[in-house]
Amino acid sequence: MLQEESDLSLIIAQIVQKLKGSNLYAQLERQAWGSWEKRILKSLNSMCTELSIPLARKRPVGEQKELLNKWNEMGTDEPDLSLFRPVYAPKDFLEVLINLRNPNYENGDSLSFRTHLGLIQVPLKVKDIPELKELFVELGLTTGQLGIDDSTQVPPELFENEHVRIGQKVLTEQDSAAAQQYIRQGSPTALRAELWALILNISSHPEDILYYEQLKTNVIQHDLLVDSLIYKDVKLTASNDDYYFVFEDYLYQVLLCFSRDTSVLSHFAYNSASPPKSYIRGKLGLEEYAVFYPPNGVIPFHGFSMYVAPLCFLYHEPSKLYQIFREMYVRFFFRLHSISSHPSGIVSLCLLFETLLQTYLPQLFYHLREIGAQPLRISFKWMVRAFSGYLATDQLLLLWDRILGYNSLEILAVLAAAVFAFRAVNLMEVTSLAAAEAVLADLSTLKVMPLLQIFLFATVT
Amino acid sequence: MSRVLVPCHVKGTVALQVGDVRTSQGRPGVLVIDVTFPSVAPFELQEIVFKNYYTAFLTIRVRQHTSTHTPAKWVTCLRDYCLMPDPHSEEGAQEYVSLFKHQMLCDMAQVLELRLILRQPSPLWLSFTVEELQIYQQGPKSPSMTFPKWLSHPVPCEQPTPLLEGLPDPSRVSSEVQQMWALTEMIRASHTSTRIGRFDVDGCYDLNLLSYT
Repeated sequence: MLQEESDLSLIIAQIVQKLKGSNLYAQLERQAWGSWEKRILKSLNSMCTELSIPLARKRPVGEQKELLNKWNEMGTDEPDLSLFRPVYAPKDFLEVLINLRNPNYENGDSLSFRTHLGLIQVPLKVKDIPELKELFVELGLTTGQLGIDDSTQVPPELFENEHVRIGQKVLTEQDSAAAQQYIRQGSPTALRAELWALILNISSHPEDILYYEQLKTNVIQHDLLVDSLIYKDVKLTASNDDYYFVFEDYLYQVLLCFSRDTSVLSHFAYNSASPPKSYIRGKLGLEEYAVFYPPNGVIPFHGFSMYVAPLCFLYHEPSKLYQIFREMYVRFFFRLHSISSHPSGIVSLCLLFETLLQTYLPQLFYHLREIGAQPLRISFKWMVRAFSGYLATDQLLLLWDRILGYNSLEILAVLAAAVFAFRAVNLMEVTSLAAAEAVLADLSTLKVMPLLQIFLFATVT
Repeated sequence: MSRVLVPCHVKGTVALQVGDVRTSQGRPGVLVIDVTFPSVAPFELQEIVFKNYYTAFLTIRVRQHTSTHTPAKWVTCLRDYCLMPDPHSEEGAQEYVSLFKHQMLCDMAQVLELRLILRQPSPLWLSFTVEELQIYQQGPKSPSMTFPKWLSHPVPCEQPTPLLEGLPDPSRVSSEVQQMWALTEMIRASHTSTRIGRFDVDGCYDLNLLSYT
């Protein structure tokens, strides 16, 4: 009885978490998303017909055995992926967002007080710096932070030791809400894996491990076209990254299973997108034979595997790694590649970034606009990937700590603006988009928390 | 509490503007919608439901039936109700709204006519209105249940018959059987939270191309 109750409250907590603040009704969302979805489906279908590869195929028994043997080293496989191309890349998605228009909105030629000088033309409500200071109050100058107050010059007695002690206490109490509050100041490396699992309500019950094994069996039995897209994406992105190439095999094990996980379909209840549908061959139009493709309804795009890669530093057991990734996806990452009016949705993040830049660095914004280098064109790819692959891994994990702690992706837009503020002097001297890209090409030396702190709390406006 | 839809006639919106509508440059920021109930007697208003379309503030005036022979006057029952916290941005612009009689400033006992005054001060929107307007009155109260006599006056416990030799205590057996029955009911009623997760149809996942609908 007690187990049921705690399971039920777990589920309720997860549902409440996800439903809070979702705004999914706007007309413009549905129209824009509809045509974008159609484009993706057409692209997938044409790939299918051009290459004469079925969307799904049952593997013959010999192939199944082979795959099972190779399960832990799928990276050694070198299939011919030259004919496959990613369904879309972030820059295609950006073009869709740029063209989002509200039919009821005055988009006249004359400049008014609300003319959007950036790329996003949708009047969503975004926070300004005073409101962000209120939201991110724990990042203030008077509060200790990991990422700032644990540097070698600072004696650990001042902050770090006490912070670690509190973290251990939170873990012993298994208090999820306290963990979420605690992690706003950053998580010690040793405690991070457990803290994230606590916040995301992931526990390794035997049925979870069994569920993962079931997904693995599904991968072995059926071969999907989407698998090749995943292979290609991993080979193009994570395998080429100095930090993540060692995790290549893990990435296949997680992403291939992810594609077959029908429980992910439940997140479409609060996602304005809808999963692609198809019918069993020969049964077109019959609802009993309607299925979703891929089974989890999510078509991966170029760079998708980078959502998983940083997690490989924290979790080494495949079923736990899988659960953590799945929960992170259905809570946060799906908002980065679907159109919605949610404050953590990618449209709001883009608008927040542009508004922050325009309001607090007007000279820089104007200069970049004049030379044809709209700032969003550079920062979009950072935000869509939640900075994965652009920052050093320890800095990235500190950033993702805060995403979990504040349950919001707005910090990505603030960081993007802070990076521009940091390199403002160099950017003022460039004269083309390519030069601006070059100035901002390498973020691997940046320290995330000082940048955020200075931008929010220490800039004189 | 049940509610019953009241058929209403929504007259066309009238824009209030200073000066000549044709020559002035700006768009009207105030619209008035009259709602009449031609075939219904004066009723008690329970709820107003509508879908907002970029209206920022709503005021509602009501004209009620009075028993005396004085002409019915217009009374404001809702003043400047905020539908969009920031009139310049999308928040709240297309939401479904329900207004109840306890939110009104006056009694809504004998409603004859309603007047909705919509305001949108921001010049950014091309038009604004409310859609799918529905007015509800209170439905009939559910009939009161009368409990059967044996439920409200339970019979006092009877004296148990003496135990027969060699048989287990019947009260103990009955309580154990009850527990088992409760367990089976629980198992039958509880939905397992874990899904089976089958994505194929009878083992087959051989698909057509993706559908565009």
